[in-house]
Amino acid sequence: MALTFAASSHAAVRKASPLGRAVRRSLTGWAFAGPATVLVVGLSLFPAIWAFFISRARWNGISPGVPVGWSNYQRLATDPDMLAAARHTLLLTVLFVPSSIILGIVVAIALNQRIRLIGFYRTCIFVPYVASAAATGILAGFVFNPQFGAANDVLRHLGIPQQQFLESPTQALYVICLIALWGEVGFCTVIYLAALQDIPRELVEAATMDGASRWRVFRHITLPELRPVTVFTAVWQTITAVQLFDLIYTTTRGGPLNSTQTVVYYIYELAFQTQRLGYGAAAAYLLFAVTLMLTIGIIWYSRRRGSEVF
Amino acid sequence: MRRWLPFSPWHLLLMPLALLFVLPLVQMVLTSFMSSAEINQFPPKLLPTSLHLEGYRALLTETPALRWFGNTVLVSAVAVLAHLVLCSMAGYGFARLKFAGRGVAFLVIVATVMIPIQLLMIPTYLMFARIGIVDTLAAAFVPWLASAFGIFLMRQFFLALPVELEEAARIDGCGTWRTFRSIVLPLAKPALATLAVFTLLSSWNDLLWPLVAISDDNRFTLQVGLANFQGMRRTEWSQLMAGNVLATAPLILAFLFAQRKFIATMTFTGLKG
Repeated sequence: MALTFAASSHAAVRKASPLGRAVRRSLTGWAFAGPATVLVVGLSLFPAIWAFFISRARWNGISPGVPVGWSNYQRLATDPDMLAAARHTLLLTVLFVPSSIILGIVVAIALNQRIRLIGFYRTCIFVPYVASAAATGILAGFVFNPQFGAANDVLRHLGIPQQQFLESPTQALYVICLIALWGEVGFCTVIYLAALQDIPRELVEAATMDGASRWRVFRHITLPELRPVTVFTAVWQTITAVQLFDLIYTTTRGGPLNSTQTVVYYIYELAFQTQRLGYGAAAAYLLFAVTLMLTIGIIWYSRRRGSEVF
Repeated sequence: MRRWLPFSPWHLLLMPLALLFVLPLVQMVLTSFMSSAEINQFPPKLLPTSLHLEGYRALLTETPALRWFGNTVLVSAVAVLAHLVLCSMAGYGFARLKFAGRGVAFLVIVATVMIPIQLLMIPTYLMFARIGIVDTLAAAFVPWLASAFGIFLMRQFFLALPVELEEAARIDGCGTWRTFRSIVLPLAKPALATLAVFTLLSSWNDLLWPLVAISDDNRFTLQVGLANFQGMRRTEWSQLMAGNVLATAPLILAFLFAQRKFIATMTFTGLKG
């Protein structure tokens, strides 16, 4: 299609009037940009708007929906399952985001040294990021198996009592956070490694010449230089944590005793296990709004601290 | 710092960390070659006594795992191919061609990045149900045909390309399509490689969307098939680990062979995305 459009417009350009030319130029442009634009907009903006109308109805997807105004949203505010899910999502995010940033910086600094085996270390640390979260979850179920898993074997060697891990309502969420870190730290590390390599070497050399200790170089040069990237990783990891689904589906499916049921998992259950589409869509909109506010909050906070990034 | 150790102290941090990251994957591969009796012992053993292939045999005969693998390959191949064609064309259009509505269209595309999949899955499922592609492989790959990120990536790349070459081609009588196809696209190989790696990673590893869109177990992708298989047989560890190997080995091997390209892609996602 693009081929014919482009070819015909080219042949016609020479004798067309200015208006005709503009029309043909637009046609060529849309022939290039149109297919992808239609797909992206049709599969995101359009459903997002539709989701809003669904969220204001009671609907199981089969019988006609009943418009209920804002009552889905009102019910969410007092739904104990939703509140518990929000608590779990919040806890997961608060644990995951700072740890992945700190770990990312530390590991990136270590990987930025010129020492032997560095290529081997880099490969090892980045490889889990490539493995799917579903496979990671299944593998984690094995490693953290209370009866014969490697995790309990390590604890036994350290003289620590055996744990239930994913089968314990008090531990499961923390274990999931650990597994998520294992899978995602590689990404943060890559970003920080690239940022570290962008720091002008003269800056560090000048400071060292002036007698600054390693710690002071890190504190007053490296960290400030990493700040813009940290805004990005904070936003990115927040979205990752809030949207964590695959790992939960393949480890605990929200259990034990709903202790790992996050908002995203709850939305999935509402919409596709219990067919409460309207209520699920309302929960999804609420999650979207909160994520958007968190993102804007992080960017606003970083601007106030003086780093212009976005 | 070097004085009190014969090697750099960074090894003390990096060696345990590297093992922590890679040993679970090693255990996954080794466990896939163990018998059930070997797996269900405590303390666990890392090395199998001999190469048991029961896990693989059972997985391939008792489940349609091979078909799931084929489905995943197909979905990812379509996704990568469509991304390369559609996103590079759109990226070129937004970067170089002037047409009515260009600014608005690009702004809308960039804004859609904010919309999360959780919000889209309900209406998208309903939409696909109406046009009758729920429960087909098309449902799995249609959302992967093009992406805002891909369009953005390609546009940024084309904007950074010097415009003189294209102008010269125009003067020599090349049409828009030929200029794009034979002058611009060959220069865009690095960006296309980044786009391909990004699309491969995300479409191959996707679980949530195919889980929602497909319930016929002959049409599952590997991730969905394994996740559901695990739900039914929590204790068949050798089969589960064999499935895990099937699901992760292709990307891990690709990563080992093209590590630079993967890392460049991750960096780009981070610094520009």
